[in-house]
Amino acid sequence: MTAVTAGTAESTGAPGGSDAAVAAEQAAYEAVFDAAVAADERIEPRDWMPEAYRASLVRQIAQHAHSEIIGMQPEANWITRAPSLRRKAILMAKVQDEAGHGLYLYSAAETLGTSRDELLDKLHSGRQKYSSIFNYPTLTWADVGAIGWLVDGAAITNQVPLCRCSYGPYARAMVRVCKEESFHQRQGYEALLALSRGTEAQHAMAQDAVDRWWWPSLMMFGPPDAESTHTAQAMAWKIKRHSNDELRQRFVDIAVPQAEALGLTLPDPDLRWNEERGHYDFGPIDWTEFWDVLKGNGPCNDQRLSKRRQAHEDGAWVREAAAAYAEKHTGTHGEAQA
Amino acid sequence: MTSDGWPLWEVFVRSRRGLSHTHAGSLHAPDAEMALRNARDLYTRRSEGVSIWVVPSTAITASSPDEKDPFFEPAADKPYRHPTFYEIPEGVKHL
Repeated sequence: MTAVTAGTAESTGAPGGSDAAVAAEQAAYEAVFDAAVAADERIEPRDWMPEAYRASLVRQIAQHAHSEIIGMQPEANWITRAPSLRRKAILMAKVQDEAGHGLYLYSAAETLGTSRDELLDKLHSGRQKYSSIFNYPTLTWADVGAIGWLVDGAAITNQVPLCRCSYGPYARAMVRVCKEESFHQRQGYEALLALSRGTEAQHAMAQDAVDRWWWPSLMMFGPPDAESTHTAQAMAWKIKRHSNDELRQRFVDIAVPQAEALGLTLPDPDLRWNEERGHYDFGPIDWTEFWDVLKGNGPCNDQRLSKRRQAHEDGAWVREAAAAYAEKHTGTHGEAQA
Repeated sequence: MTSDGWPLWEVFVRSRRGLSHTHAGSLHAPDAEMALRNARDLYTRRSEGVSIWVVPSTAITASSPDEKDPFFEPAADKPYRHPTFYEIPEGVKHL
């Protein structure tokens, strides 16, 4: 996560060198990069890397960072109405963790030569995406539990292999994130369990939340392998280690027995154990819904983005005051370090 | 005014007494004091540290990855610096 070592490799060709010499040097750099990836070594910020690798990482890490901070909104919605002080303290700690995860990831993205402001600007103007799951509303308290169990559960399934991602700063950020996500998932599961074992109305509320979050959680793994534009290249570069469908299946296999222990059902009539495959079969996913939400037509797309923009604008005076204070007291701001 | 004007700091955390500070990550902050506070909130939410250093990223000088081999070469051809380089008769103890 050292942005101190950020930026592009300086020497991509000696000035005045012939085209052939530049091409040869480029090929030599590429060979070193390919060998490092093949040997399962990590690529670090100042190493030479193909521009497409850099761009692909910036896209993925930025989307991941944006998801963390947008993801604070649906859950923060319930902080003031948490059913007990215990649940409230837990939820606040969780939402704070999501902010932290966003910061680890923005730092990782910055090592690739982009800036925090550029990333935020692209989020605010809709030029970079965040996970579609956060465009669904949290209608009841049980949704907080369902998000912890299903949404964070799906995220963990996605993220654990990213701890071995070929890009060092991203992999290191993910190690930290994964350690903290485990608490997120367990607190959600525990909250759902309390509801499921509670009154009839509480049980129904838990079941309703699971019914609404199950399918969007499966969509979090992205489009089917056959339609995924980035997967093959990302796997060749060892940014991704498993395909979308592989990870989705892994998540379903984990979630089914967990749902049984909760005393809740999953809203899929086709869900059943397949002895031959050694996996659970599940019904078809409604990808039109996925693409529609991605395009901006989900229940909360506008609300999430406008709230994010407003939070950024409302915080402007704090950033200005802090910068003015720093300048007044140390005189270093904006000069030696900017 | 944007956070672009906020310099980048590298954060080093000592996880417990008796161990060195190790690099934990980086963050933006307007001054050293805020960098320390932000580092506490970002990197020690679960008691991961008993001491934090923050260093302006611009103050760090790094060896270049391009120079890797020649730069570290002086160490590569001196295996006699390692105890395993020496042959000692079997049975000799405490050596």
